[in-house]
Amino acid sequence: MNEKYLVGLDGSDCGERAVVAALQQAKISGASIVLCYVIPWSPFTFSTAEENALRHKRREDELARASELLLTPEKKRFEAHGIACEIVARHGHPAKTLAQLAREHQVSMIIVGVLGDTPLKSRFLGGTASTLIQISPCPVLVVP
Amino acid sequence: MGNTVHIKPSLLLPSIACAGPAVGAAGAPATAPGLDERIERFISPLTDWIERVILFPTPIPGSDAQMAFVVLWLVVAALVFTFYFRFINLRGLVHGFRLIRGDYNDPKAAGEVTHFQALATALSGTVGLGNIAGVAIAVSIGGPGAVVWMMLAGFLGMSSKFVECTLGVKYRSINADGSVSGGPMWYLSRGLADRGPALATLGKICAVVFAIFCVGGSFGGANMFQSNQSFQQVLGVTGGADSWLAGKGWLFGLVMAFFVGLVIIGGIRSIARVTSRIVPLMGAIYVIAGLVIIGVHIDQVPAAFALMFSSALGVSSVAGGMLGVLAIGFQRAAFSSEAGIGSAAIAHSAVQTSEPVSEGVVALYEPFVDTIIVCTITALVIIISGVYVDGGAMSGVELTSEAFETVIDWFPYVLAVAVILFAYSTMLAWSYYGLKCWTFLFGESRGAEYTYKTLFLLFVVAGASMQLGAVIGFSDAMILAMAFPNLLGIYFLLPTVRRELDRYWAKVKGGELPTWRENLKRQRR
Repeated sequence: MNEKYLVGLDGSDCGERAVVAALQQAKISGASIVLCYVIPWSPFTFSTAEENALRHKRREDELARASELLLTPEKKRFEAHGIACEIVARHGHPAKTLAQLAREHQVSMIIVGVLGDTPLKSRFLGGTASTLIQISPCPVLVVP
Repeated sequence: MGNTVHIKPSLLLPSIACAGPAVGAAGAPATAPGLDERIERFISPLTDWIERVILFPTPIPGSDAQMAFVVLWLVVAALVFTFYFRFINLRGLVHGFRLIRGDYNDPKAAGEVTHFQALATALSGTVGLGNIAGVAIAVSIGGPGAVVWMMLAGFLGMSSKFVECTLGVKYRSINADGSVSGGPMWYLSRGLADRGPALATLGKICAVVFAIFCVGGSFGGANMFQSNQSFQQVLGVTGGADSWLAGKGWLFGLVMAFFVGLVIIGGIRSIARVTSRIVPLMGAIYVIAGLVIIGVHIDQVPAAFALMFSSALGVSSVAGGMLGVLAIGFQRAAFSSEAGIGSAAIAHSAVQTSEPVSEGVVALYEPFVDTIIVCTITALVIIISGVYVDGGAMSGVELTSEAFETVIDWFPYVLAVAVILFAYSTMLAWSYYGLKCWTFLFGESRGAEYTYKTLFLLFVVAGASMQLGAVIGFSDAMILAMAFPNLLGIYFLLPTVRRELDRYWAKVKGGELPTWRENLKRQRR
């Protein structure tokens, strides 16, 4: 069976290191890659009527920007090594969305960096990576 | 929103007409001739005329009580909708709650406007002075019984909101810039056009009339009234008639206009964003404080309810007996919940859903929260504290403020801040509603937008400068007038909504609408 890894990017150096780790793993196992970027978003926030009216348009802009600027360049890196790679950008709670994507794509492993939370937030609320470890449906490789 | 401190001798019963001047005098600026007075003299003949035309009182048969015709119009519509949709305001509640909680949110549509967000946005435009001051007025002039009728009107109003918001989503339009607009102007013009050429003309007329009234309402109740009330509040806190601000309403108005202008003309959205997050917090503080006071006097709650229900059937001091009390309660509820006015449909229509009825069911919670829950809490606090019996010198925000003060002595300061913030957020919300109607009338162009925004700011200054009496009449009239074209058109659209509802309800009952949890289980299998 072909293995599949889900790689989470966040636009920081940590995400970059996760990509490097994923490259090495995939070269060894011949796995394909699902590369994703989660735009932090909650369904329970307060917004103005004007923001709401523009939301649909802005969401599409955000998704387009994420795949153009972040995901596509990395995808090319994988493909340069002959590794199959698809990309996904999605809004949501970072850890929950990664777990959800892992289920949707039925991946065998998630590879993330210690995602870019502020020290305060990760101290009190738990970082994205530590939340992900608890709710993930598959093994998680956390790259420091 | 909160156009509410509305005591008008012409509309009320003779025995309580004396409350009018008392409210006007409460914290009113000293009447030295100045800029304020000149502004007032210039505008008030026009506003008086509009008020007389729209709020003409209708006698209730078999009683000497009177009710503004438009209030009757709103209540009858709410009653008709409640029966036509077979008590959707009851049977929709559980499903509505699950929608708000996000049970049906599609993870793939994450990032769009959720039901929760649409509801919260609409609520922040409605919750405000209407719930804080309105109940106090109802209790002080109609007795505790008026609250019962207010709650009943709020309950019926839920059905009006359901219809409006369903239609708002169904007939919304996507603009050239990708933004979504909806609301009565769209469902009246498009919806009625679907129902034949004869109704198309009616729809067009209704839509235009609605848009005109909505622009007027955004200048009046949502703007002049708000700046007027926040000025009165600031004046009261800084020393009443002795305050150095007395007679300088125009100055306060300029400051207020500056902050509104920062957002709507200066485009400093961060202020609007911060406000939209602080206002729910203020609302929560208000509710918690109310619950604390009720908790302290928990033993008196059954007696308070008993008093409310027994006096709902008539108090000797209120002319017209039961019908007199009922008229007062219904009128205050109309101002508090805005059900049937059409404004909420504008805010709700940006939600992400392919099922218009789902947003209608969510909108049930708007009158539920702001006219049933918040008003009941306010009423209990006022009745338990007993302040309303102490004579008719106080009404509106002041009465509520004193009731809270009996247990939490520093609460009036919190309330003063809350009033200003509620007023500010209402102004921002309604400047958007008004602008949407303005561009519906005059087309989308920078020139048209700036004309509207400039006018809007001028009315902020005028509102702070004028006396309360002159402001509220006009404010109420313009906002309530929106109900005429809105509800008239909706009557013709009822079969459309009924079809939508029946189809959607069959889907929900038949399990064709899986929640995300059920979807997840299917994936795991």
